Amino acid sequence: MTAQEAINKLKEVSGNGSISTSEFRDNTRVHVSKDILMKVLTCLKNDCGFDFLVDITAIDYMGYPTATTDRFAVVYCLLNTSEGSRIVVKTMVNDPDPVLPSSYSLWKGADWPEREVYDMYGIRFEGHPDLRRILMPQEFTSYPLRKDYPLRGMGERHNFPVLTRAEG
Amino acid sequence: MALDVLERQASDAPGLDEREFQWTLNFGPQHPATHTTLRLVLTLEGEQIIHAVPDIGFLHSGFEKLGEDLNLNQYVTIVDRMNYTSPLCNEIAWHHVCEKLLGIELTPRCKYIRVIINELMRIQDHLLNIGTCALDLGAFTAFLYAFYQRELIYDLCEHASGQRFHSSFTRVGGLLYDVDDAWIAKLRSFLKGFMKAYNDVTGLLNRNKIFIDRLRGVGVLTKEEAINRSATGPIARASGVLRDVRKDDPYLSYPDFDFQVVAAKEGDCLARYHVRMLEMLESHKIITQAIDNLPSGPVNVDVDGKVVLPDKSSTWRSIEGMIQHFELTMSNRGFKTPVNEVYGAIEGPGGELGFYLVCDGTEKSWRCRTRPPAFYHLAMFPHLIKGHMLSDVVAVLGSLSIIAAELDR
Repeated sequence: MTAQEAINKLKEVSGNGSISTSEFRDNTRVHVSKDILMKVLTCLKNDCGFDFLVDITAIDYMGYPTATTDRFAVVYCLLNTSEGSRIVVKTMVNDPDPVLPSSYSLWKGADWPEREVYDMYGIRFEGHPDLRRILMPQEFTSYPLRKDYPLRGMGERHNFPVLTRAEG
Repeated sequence: MALDVLERQASDAPGLDEREFQWTLNFGPQHPATHTTLRLVLTLEGEQIIHAVPDIGFLHSGFEKLGEDLNLNQYVTIVDRMNYTSPLCNEIAWHHVCEKLLGIELTPRCKYIRVIINELMRIQDHLLNIGTCALDLGAFTAFLYAFYQRELIYDLCEHASGQRFHSSFTRVGGLLYDVDDAWIAKLRSFLKGFMKAYNDVTGLLNRNKIFIDRLRGVGVLTKEEAINRSATGPIARASGVLRDVRKDDPYLSYPDFDFQVVAAKEGDCLARYHVRMLEMLESHKIITQAIDNLPSGPVNVDVDGKVVLPDKSSTWRSIEGMIQHFELTMSNRGFKTPVNEVYGAIEGPGGELGFYLVCDGTEKSWRCRTRPPAFYHLAMFPHLIKGHMLSDVVAVLGSLSIIAAELDR
């Protein structure tokens, strides 16, 4: 199913007003709210043939020129492996408690990218089997890719706890 | 991460009952077969692996954060450091997405040169993977043959860009330098010598009983699992997923060339080895066609002289070139980007190499997410290794083409 057919199908399934779409270059994007996210992803995977999860990532829109009140966007890039068509699903989450349902039940490939989004942005995925930091140390407290995290860090590297050989 | 935390996670895996004779073994980060900073916490029962927890993130390189501080041309020096086996592929992927966002159509000559380089990098990457996989399994001579060919590709990179390794060869809208006839002649002689080396490696490995027995039936990935776990590139194609960005979503001048998408259906380590070997032949075919039909003309587009950095000779010898160079490299004076975002991908040697690029109208990117193939492939590792022997770890790792800098961007 092409991206356009998939959008028509999604509009049928989830009611016309609840999703909006945008197009730029050859990317077709579907903007959904987080309460119908799982419904949309399930429909795309099972009914529209977008069975391949290419990537999950997040964007921090704090201070962005066209920013709205929502701070973070989580982006799902999907691919139809039988036809090669692509679609991007975008959903917004906001501070202070950014939570989304986990798509691990649909794709096992979502395991690590969701952990990475959690590690870098602090967006939690409910239902993820093993949501812990992946790139940063477990003791790390902030989220490095947020826009309010400084480029040079907050002194973590300079204030590492010193471990003696006996403790190590 | 603290050792006890990982050990606990390894033994707390669902469906595992704690038994006296289970071991925990740390494999890496300095094990020779893990190549770089990669640690695997294995739970063993005798020699059999019952659970594996990969631990990544030792580099803390923060490439994606740096991308938000550098402009689109400067960031190319960072993206090629994400992949030390085929750096130019990352550069091509990055500027492919930048050009997609800016809406720039490249010149035919630039497209052809980028295709040649992309395929050279594919050969280089596959040579490293096959060579080190063979080395880890005890076949030392094949490794030497493969690495000698890699050296020749480095020579080609050095000739073209002045750098053997991190070339920073691409620019928004074109390339740093055009290639000359001497380079083409060198490339032709490489292609000729490569076939001999290819036949030598094939002769050493293809009917080698030890090599085959170590790979056949190990780390089997079914087609359904490959799709479900987001495998791309040679690993997906070895499981029968016939997806190749070069054919599905053609970029550069790939539609001009006659080549096949190589696939197998076994999905084990041996199938991945064969797919890589045959892909090198297809790359060879593409490069031969590209140099035979290489168009003449400029390598850089000239969108009113506002996007592409002028070539060095005009920067040094003409006032217009110098002003243009100055304007583009000054902060806040470079070209403007649309306030929008785009996902674009190329077929890297390891699989789909994509960037999700968000721009905010300035010359810098707001967010530059890399979609690294190795990250998704290592996530499958616990699934692939379960039930195999400890010595199979190197075979499976070698067949997955893991690059640590790509895991930890």
